[in-house]
Amino acid sequence: MSLLPVWGEGVPPPQPQRVPSVLHLIGNTPLLELRKITTGVSPRVRVFAKLEGFNPGGSVKDRAALKMIAEGLRSGALAPGKTIIDSTSGNTGIALALVGTVLGYPVELVIPANVSIERKKIIAAYGAKIIFSSPLEGSDGAIRLCRQILYETPERYFKPDQYFNTANPQAHYETTGPEVWSQTQGRVTHFVAGIGTSGTIMGTGRFLKEKNSQIQIIAVEPDDAFHGLEGLKHMASSIVPGIYHEEQLDRKIPVGTEEAYDAVYRLGREEGLLVGQSAGAALWATLKVARELDEGTVVTLFPDFGDKYLSTNLWVGWKEFDKRQQYA
Amino acid sequence: MSARVRIPTPLRRFTGGAEEVSAGGATVAAIVEDLERNHPGLKERICDEAGKVRRFVNIFVNGDDIRFLNNLETPVKAGDEVSIVPAIAGG
Repeated sequence: MSLLPVWGEGVPPPQPQRVPSVLHLIGNTPLLELRKITTGVSPRVRVFAKLEGFNPGGSVKDRAALKMIAEGLRSGALAPGKTIIDSTSGNTGIALALVGTVLGYPVELVIPANVSIERKKIIAAYGAKIIFSSPLEGSDGAIRLCRQILYETPERYFKPDQYFNTANPQAHYETTGPEVWSQTQGRVTHFVAGIGTSGTIMGTGRFLKEKNSQIQIIAVEPDDAFHGLEGLKHMASSIVPGIYHEEQLDRKIPVGTEEAYDAVYRLGREEGLLVGQSAGAALWATLKVARELDEGTVVTLFPDFGDKYLSTNLWVGWKEFDKRQQYA
Repeated sequence: MSARVRIPTPLRRFTGGAEEVSAGGATVAAIVEDLERNHPGLKERICDEAGKVRRFVNIFVNGDDIRFLNNLETPVKAGDEVSIVPAIAGG
């Protein structure tokens, strides 16, 4: 297919659906074929990225937030008078704030104080209350502070608990997995995704394995406990999520923060795509997998776009990268 | 003369679990060298091969980001608080 779409001559651009609420826009994200950044990959290997930034809250977390809240309403754990609370490094907070506001439930979020200013403002824009935890303790510090608040007044709150709630991977089992399967006409051979809560890879992986047990499920994680890959977890040194089952993975690929940042810069330059650092990490690992293959269809998932990170350390090395490109 | 250095959770395995250690030196660079002497492994986590502070690491002296001061040459006085903070970690 040509890089340029065809418009006119009776061919209208694809029409978005007409929907009754913003929640109906969650999921069904596009799958983009990466054709320039894949230099050096066998011509019989195709590489695709699922663009989760197209969700209305701007990230893959919309799927899990919607499913966890819907499940809370169904079970009665969430009922009028209760407040939704959770610990999050950002995107889940945005998603919970969005879903909570549409359904009329107040939302409180415990967030490490060093998340990007854009995230704090987006969450505030949806009307949610933010409680800051220590920037030195990362997301584990937020998890602990949230547990403490709940311990003091448990009756006030509904905690979706993305790290332990099976509705999180279930959202991906019901939506992301079937979308990847259908968008590749069942040809997917490898699915590569980062692990934060592990919901994406656990749910999508389980669905794809049921369709075809030969599909390789590959997780991407930071190469060290001390890293700058917002949204991703180094499992060996973290509070391990209850929904994480390492035995369901075929492989784990460690990625360095700096390699992931460079991958973000390359996506902007080569594919016209501005993404966040977790997408950069996913791309780096995906290219590693793709280069090892003679043929196959490798699908990865880019959790969000990059506009939320423009003020962050992600862009600290941009000028040097730009110089290297000019003289390359 | 020594400054108080606040250590983030993922680096506390190098400090025997301590949240705060003391380190001597007149600049942030000297503080990092002193940290490395007493807690081997810390420097390569904080600085890259070229000796520059890694992109995802923020160092604050009394709350001010050294990228907006004089980077590793930022002066440190006895009793100052130096914080090492990763850009972010977690899910």
